Amino acid sequence: MTEMKKEEITKYIVISSDKVLPSDAAMKIYESEFPVTVKETCFGLVVTGSREDIMAVVEKIRQLDKNHIFIKDRGFPVGDERRCRATRGGSPRPGFHFLREEVGMLPLIGAALDELEANKPLKKKPKEKSRLKVSDLENIIEAELSR
Amino acid sequence: MAKVFIYPINSLILSDLVERFGHKPLSMMNQIREKVTSISLDSPPINITSEDPKMGLKYAAIEVPPGVRGRMSLIGPLIEETEAAIIVENPPTNFGCVGCDRTNELTKYLVRSKDVPILEVKYPESEEEARDFVNKIAEFLESLPKEKSEEDEKAKEEKTAEMEDKK
Repeated sequence: MTEMKKEEITKYIVISSDKVLPSDAAMKIYESEFPVTVKETCFGLVVTGSREDIMAVVEKIRQLDKNHIFIKDRGFPVGDERRCRATRGGSPRPGFHFLREEVGMLPLIGAALDELEANKPLKKKPKEKSRLKVSDLENIIEAELSR
Repeated sequence: MAKVFIYPINSLILSDLVERFGHKPLSMMNQIREKVTSISLDSPPINITSEDPKMGLKYAAIEVPPGVRGRMSLIGPLIEETEAAIIVENPPTNFGCVGCDRTNELTKYLVRSKDVPILEVKYPESEEEARDFVNKIAEFLESLPKEKSEEDEKAKEEKTAEMEDKK
C-alpha cells in the first residue's frame, strides 16, 4: 500500500464571460508558470495539479471576470483514460449533460451576481410584467454587440 | 466556514456559489476523486472494497437495489458531515451519479431529517427568478457562521509543526 506523495486535484473553470475567452484564461495560466496541466474545452478549462497550485491558479483566473467565471471540482484528472472521449470512442463523457444544462443558466446567474455586487437590496421581489426600460435595453444591446 | 451540503450533489452553480461566499461545499466530486485517484485502493475504476457495501447498508436496507446502496456509500458520509444544506428542486437533467431518483429521494429525506439549516429553492428559468435564486442563496450563506472549522485549524497546526521540524 503506497500513499500519494502530493495531493493532486482537478478543477473545472467554466467561462461564461463576454470579456474572457477560454484561450485567454489558458494563456494567463501558461504565463503564470504554475506547474499545472491545462486542457482547453468548449466551455472553459480543466486544470490538474497540486492543491496549492490549483487554488492559486483558480483564484487568479476568477479575478479576470469574477462574476462570470465559475469553478467546480472534478473527480477524474485531465485526460484520464476512463473518461477521455479519445479512448472511449466518442460521445460526451458521463456528467457532461448536466454540466451543459447548467452552463446554459450561467449568463442569468452572472447577471444576478453583478446586481448583487452593485449593492442592490438583497430582498427584491420579482417584478410584475412591465415595459422594458430604455437603460435595460441599452445594456442588452451593449452585451450583444460586445460578443 | 460551514460545510454546506448541496443538492444536486454535482452542481456547478451551487458548488461555486458556496465557495464564493466562503464556505465548503460537500460535493460528490471529492468523494469520486478519492475513489479514482488513490493508488492505495485496489483496481480503479472498480474501486469498491468490502467496506463500501457495509457503509451503504447503514443508510439503506439489504433489499434496496445495489445502485442505491452504492451511491449512499459515497453520499452518506457527506450527509453526516453536513452543517447546512441547499436543496434545489427541478434540476434540468439527472444523469450519472444523480441519475437514480430513489437515491435522490433518500438523500433529501436524510438531509431534511437532520437538524441543520436548510434552504430550498428552484432552478431559475428567467432573469427575475435568477436574481431571486442568487439573493436567497447569498442571504442564506451569509447567515451561516464564518469561523474556521476545527479541521482547518488542525491542518494549520500540522503545517506549522512541519515547518518547525524543517527548521
